[in-house]
Amino acid sequence: MDKIKMTANVIRQDEIAYEIYSLVISAKEIADRAKPGQFVNLFSADGSRLLPRPISICEIDKNNGTIRLVYRVAGAGTKEFSALTSDHTIEVMGPLGNGFTPEGSKAILIGGGIGIPPMLELAKQLDCEKSIVLGFRDEEFLSDEFEPYGKVYKSSDAGNIGVKGTVMDAIKEYGIKGDIIYACGPLPMLRAISDYALSNGIKAQISMEEKMACGIGACLACVCKSKDIDDHSKVNNKRICKEGPVFYAGEVEF
Amino acid sequence: MNTKVNIAGVEFKNPITVASGTFGSGMEYDDFVDLSLLGAVTTKGVANIPWAGNPTPRIAETYGGMMNAIGLQNPGIDTFCERDIPFLKTKDTKIIVNVCGKSESDYVEVVERLADEPVDLLEINVSCPNVKEGGIAFGQDPKALYDITKAVKAKAKQPIIMKLSPNVTDITVMAKAAEEAGADALSLINTLTGMKIDIKKRTFAVANKTAGVSGPAIKPIAVRMVYQVANAVKLPIIGMGGVATAEDALEFIMAGATAVAVGTANFHNPYATTEIIKGIENYMTENKIDDIKDLIGCVK
Repeated sequence: MDKIKMTANVIRQDEIAYEIYSLVISAKEIADRAKPGQFVNLFSADGSRLLPRPISICEIDKNNGTIRLVYRVAGAGTKEFSALTSDHTIEVMGPLGNGFTPEGSKAILIGGGIGIPPMLELAKQLDCEKSIVLGFRDEEFLSDEFEPYGKVYKSSDAGNIGVKGTVMDAIKEYGIKGDIIYACGPLPMLRAISDYALSNGIKAQISMEEKMACGIGACLACVCKSKDIDDHSKVNNKRICKEGPVFYAGEVEF
Repeated sequence: MNTKVNIAGVEFKNPITVASGTFGSGMEYDDFVDLSLLGAVTTKGVANIPWAGNPTPRIAETYGGMMNAIGLQNPGIDTFCERDIPFLKTKDTKIIVNVCGKSESDYVEVVERLADEPVDLLEINVSCPNVKEGGIAFGQDPKALYDITKAVKAKAKQPIIMKLSPNVTDITVMAKAAEEAGADALSLINTLTGMKIDIKKRTFAVANKTAGVSGPAIKPIAVRMVYQVANAVKLPIIGMGGVATAEDALEFIMAGATAVAVGTANFHNPYATTEIIKGIENYMTENKIDDIKDLIGCVK
């Protein structure tokens, strides 16, 4: 049994930026099995919202049996989660999907917006030279927590944090080089990174997202177009929750 | 206590199965439930060749439910026979294969291919609202339903279950057409066609524009239709539509369903099926019911 659904105790929750929350829950069985880049499903306590919310894992503490989730309030479900405090419990299922695969000797970790959190556990676990590139809208979060693990570069849409523009602008501006890219963030960012990686012959692992129902590969809601015929349905659709969420640039088309 | 039920000569150890499309072929739920505890596993729809399905987004949440327009993505019957049936045969449960197609010959091809496979029942999907051809086109016209039922029945080695659409004026007309054409059982309801608009993006929430609504929100409609059909035909019924608890399943059984399928609830609670089986047993103990058959259609 490699994944479970369980009731987790909330250890603490803090709003670390506008509508961005850091939630630590006690989930030993999930922490024991989790890898960077995997996600969990959080379940609403309100029966009117029955689909789970997939949330990436930001940090894994195997010693204390906890996981940390950093998420943005995007609707009624995440709004409900944001009110949880240390006397609450929450239903959680995981770990789900395949995480990042360590490789190469000079890594570039790129996180955009709410795609930044999963890069933190990866930064902690990767044992190689690391450049970390973080893209924000106009408010900085989590970036100081990356400092111990590598050189941190920043960009922002508003221009108030680091380079004005995108993470790609930061990579060009600072001449950041590497032999492997790991990235999570909005689709336009992933598209730009894929193009950059493919045209420069650099491997890139990108983390995708899509509306999900089951989170375990059964419902076939969260597919993305793949270059090759997939093993499950023998068409060109990979399941983001099962074969992903991390794919190689060039493996998926979007 | 007896929880065994019989659908067209096939004995289920208990009345609980799953709704096609919510459970794959069971593999993905093997981590969560012992599939051998289920009365039957109903597979995702399978066609003669692989289908790629619809564009994304394919789902959206609705109040107390969800909507989907997956578009019957499936690997085709060859892969299904090589991979999915052998997996299910390792479990002590009955196998219901959901069959989909775009034309009568597609359905017949799949049914013929399954003739010598070790599966117990065929569920013919003539009610999917999310594919342009086939699917619901056969399920909204009594003559078309009669013809496809007859054509499939002529070639099927296993008993056939016709899965009915709720998107009709009078579901008993459809049930009678299937019965007259020789169907062995009926399953109902498939999803209700719906639509959701994403007002932030000013577009449809699901790329297919329309999508099938499921989940607890549709349960009263499903119970009503099961009751109507149970009183209109003699065929055994697999009832479904928003079943999330043992209480829900018992409503369907009392309305006239011989077996009950759990669908959307699997997404909210992957342990739903086995919890419902346990809950039914508890209800029978508490209410001194020795045989579940005494509850089937007990509400007149």
